[in-house]
Amino acid sequence: MSTATTQAPQRRSVTGAASNYIDQRTSLSTFVHALGRKAFPDHWSFLLGEIALFSFVVILITGTFLTFFFQASMAEVEYEGSYVPLKGVEMSVAMASTLDISFDIRGGLFVRQMHHWAALLFVAAIGLHMLRVFFTGAFRKPRELNWVIGFVMFILAMGEGFTGYSLPDDLLSGNGLRIIDGMIKGFPLIGTWTSFLLFGGEFPGTAIVGRLYTLHILILPVILLALIAIHLLFVVVHKHTHYAAPGRTQQNAVGPPILPVYAAKAGGFFFIVFGVLALIASLFTINPIWNYGPYDPSPVSAGTQPDWYIGFADGALRLVPPGWEFVLFERTWSLNILVPVVVLGLFILTVLIYPFIEAWVTGDKREHHIADRPRNAPTRTAIGAAGVTFYAVLWAAASSDLIATHFMLTMEGVIHTLQALLILGPIVAYFVTKRVCIALQKKDREIVLHGYESGRIVKLPGGEFIEVHQPLDEYERWRLVSYESYQPLMLRPNDRGKITVGQRLRAGMSRWFFEDRITPVTKGELEASHHTSHH
Amino acid sequence: MAQDDHSGSEIAAADSSHAANVPAVKTGTALIPTDAFENPGFPPHRPRVTDEDPAKEKRAQRTVYTLFYLSILGSVWAIAAYMLFPMEGNNVGDVRLNNMFVGLGATLALLGIGFGAVHWAKSLMADVELADERHPIGGNPVAREGAIQVFQDADRESGFSRRSVIRNSLIGALLVFPLPAVVLFRGLAPQDENPVELLSHTMWKQGTRLTLDPSGVPIKASDVTIGSAFHVIPEGLAEMHHGRLEEKAKAAVLLMRLNPEELNETEERASWSYDGIVAYSKICTHVGCPVALYEQHTHHLLCPCHQSQFDVANHCEVIFGPAARPLPQLPIAVDDEGYLVAQSDFTEPVGPSFWERN
Repeated sequence: MSTATTQAPQRRSVTGAASNYIDQRTSLSTFVHALGRKAFPDHWSFLLGEIALFSFVVILITGTFLTFFFQASMAEVEYEGSYVPLKGVEMSVAMASTLDISFDIRGGLFVRQMHHWAALLFVAAIGLHMLRVFFTGAFRKPRELNWVIGFVMFILAMGEGFTGYSLPDDLLSGNGLRIIDGMIKGFPLIGTWTSFLLFGGEFPGTAIVGRLYTLHILILPVILLALIAIHLLFVVVHKHTHYAAPGRTQQNAVGPPILPVYAAKAGGFFFIVFGVLALIASLFTINPIWNYGPYDPSPVSAGTQPDWYIGFADGALRLVPPGWEFVLFERTWSLNILVPVVVLGLFILTVLIYPFIEAWVTGDKREHHIADRPRNAPTRTAIGAAGVTFYAVLWAAASSDLIATHFMLTMEGVIHTLQALLILGPIVAYFVTKRVCIALQKKDREIVLHGYESGRIVKLPGGEFIEVHQPLDEYERWRLVSYESYQPLMLRPNDRGKITVGQRLRAGMSRWFFEDRITPVTKGELEASHHTSHH
Repeated sequence: MAQDDHSGSEIAAADSSHAANVPAVKTGTALIPTDAFENPGFPPHRPRVTDEDPAKEKRAQRTVYTLFYLSILGSVWAIAAYMLFPMEGNNVGDVRLNNMFVGLGATLALLGIGFGAVHWAKSLMADVELADERHPIGGNPVAREGAIQVFQDADRESGFSRRSVIRNSLIGALLVFPLPAVVLFRGLAPQDENPVELLSHTMWKQGTRLTLDPSGVPIKASDVTIGSAFHVIPEGLAEMHHGRLEEKAKAAVLLMRLNPEELNETEERASWSYDGIVAYSKICTHVGCPVALYEQHTHHLLCPCHQSQFDVANHCEVIFGPAARPLPQLPIAVDDEGYLVAQSDFTEPVGPSFWERN
């Protein structure tokens, strides 16, 4: 009744009361206060990781729906569902229940297709996100461990993809498992037994689908979820990198606040990713297992292809020349399997430890929060381009037969070309990329020193034509000059007067990395150029 | 624009060259220029059209709520489509319509929310940029000292370093205790099977008839014309209820008849064919795909998985691709009734190589 009580209802709104209730039981306000207004740097290339995260959420949602209908059993049944061409065909329960999801459960095909498309997008987005992180040097201290975690997730994502692809027990996925079985059997010492343990006896057995199902819906997702949580926690701890721009420094993180703008944009983007996947799933068929039929070890169709992310491994198998196998000590050594596996393993290992290699070469122990423009780290960018080329050739090799048939080439010609490209491609890509980077850096220097071409042609009194160059303002200039370069390591004896092998190696690598370099324009240089151009 | 309590001048001092970063940290071989440009600080803020023009702001607002209403429409449509497009009568066309219309409804529902929220954020929510200060990632010196103290106290109180006998025995126990769990996984493969034995034999025996895959109808030698190829399984496989696919994965055979003059047979294998009819394992010696593609006029077999090629005229030797060994040959003959039969099992393990194979 009094004026004092009229204030009270204003404070005790429903949401206020609810917040109060929850806070007094969770201390949630501490987190909201600490994180709610954090600045989150914004750039289109930062969305790639979000696409990966959001497509994973879509996979979880759609996958959960599918588990209610899918039956991971290899018991033989006669198909009696709605798809007429397969009626009466003997198949596993797994295949039959997948067909039921597709043809007898309304919306089932839609969810199944969304699940598969989201899986393809998931791996692709992780790959692109990793490329972004690599080429901008966002893996440098303090983010090396997060690179490793992200990389492990990339491998797990491929594992998730492959296990899921194998579940329907159709002809195509069965052949994929057959290839895995053949590869495992080729491993020295443990191969034969590993195959028997995996398949519960002889291939194909009746156990593999159930076992892959446990991996696919329990073990791998749980590990992935845990790693995602750590990955994101690290993003909070490190704060996101940002690109060099006026006002942005190594000591700040600049962007819109998490609440409301970032939350609205990221939340909205989740729905956009979800929506685009729904659109694709409603319009485009994927993995039409009803066309392939149930698994049978005998038939196979020409032009078989794995899902895209397994392509590089399949391609590696295809590029091995004939005859790489021998018998020694009464044991079979299948180099045609071991060599591709070891080469891919080394490739993966190199990518995994690259942040540590670069840190060792530069010896730079500072934190790096400003992402590089790729051109400003020419050797790193060139190494990345070589790696991408290597991967791309292996990937193309997985379609060698389709390349041959589509472009009317010989199968042998395609394989031989790809074999040559696998070696030469990365080398060429390396040198071309490095030169392009350095040329772009030179162009940046040119623009900083002499301004950009204005397109305005002026005739001087003497009859000479010149194009007027427009000087940069300080903000534009900052984007072009705010980077650091490194110099090659000078080889010096250590405390005991020795030059160690490690130091020699490091000096060699350092020379390789930084011998060719373009340093950013300094104030003095700009001034000097003004003096010369005015005379 | 920075709405932070740090002024632009402070930002200008702390440029990207780490100048203000903890000075004790090693810079390695980084070139740190002495007269680098200074960070000019944040550029002046540029307002959006929706900040300045009330009509534009109104329009943006209209767009946002229209998108949200469209989303509701999409959800309702998806539910309606679920009922309007049933999947009955074994009709694939129904499935297609159900998939498409349920899906498009869901798409509209999701994209409406997504685009609405993003548009709201970009055009109407306050256009501020904040600048958070970064701190070195490692804990502050006090916290680090504290952590070290905790470990030292714990070590002292437990005697973890001092009582090394206890510590080492614990480490030993912790290393060994998971081993029983590993051993339990031996059960993944049957206890009573010998892989090498199983991989070395197939269903084929002396006198087993060659039958068509998948019908199981026996094949008469006279029905195999020159140039033809048959997919073959052993007699009895089609009727198997247990282990059918496992047997088929080893026993599948390709039967081809070539002009006998084109067939280059070694002396010891001359009796393995019958009048130009030869039978070879269909399971690739690379990683086990079915070598199902036969090119009649070159007598080449192609594996569609990794493009290994085998020359049927020369005992299926590898002429291209990653496979290393020829396809194993099944010795065949003809029985009294003129049907093709096996002379024996394969004389070597079929399919992909394995370690114990020699």
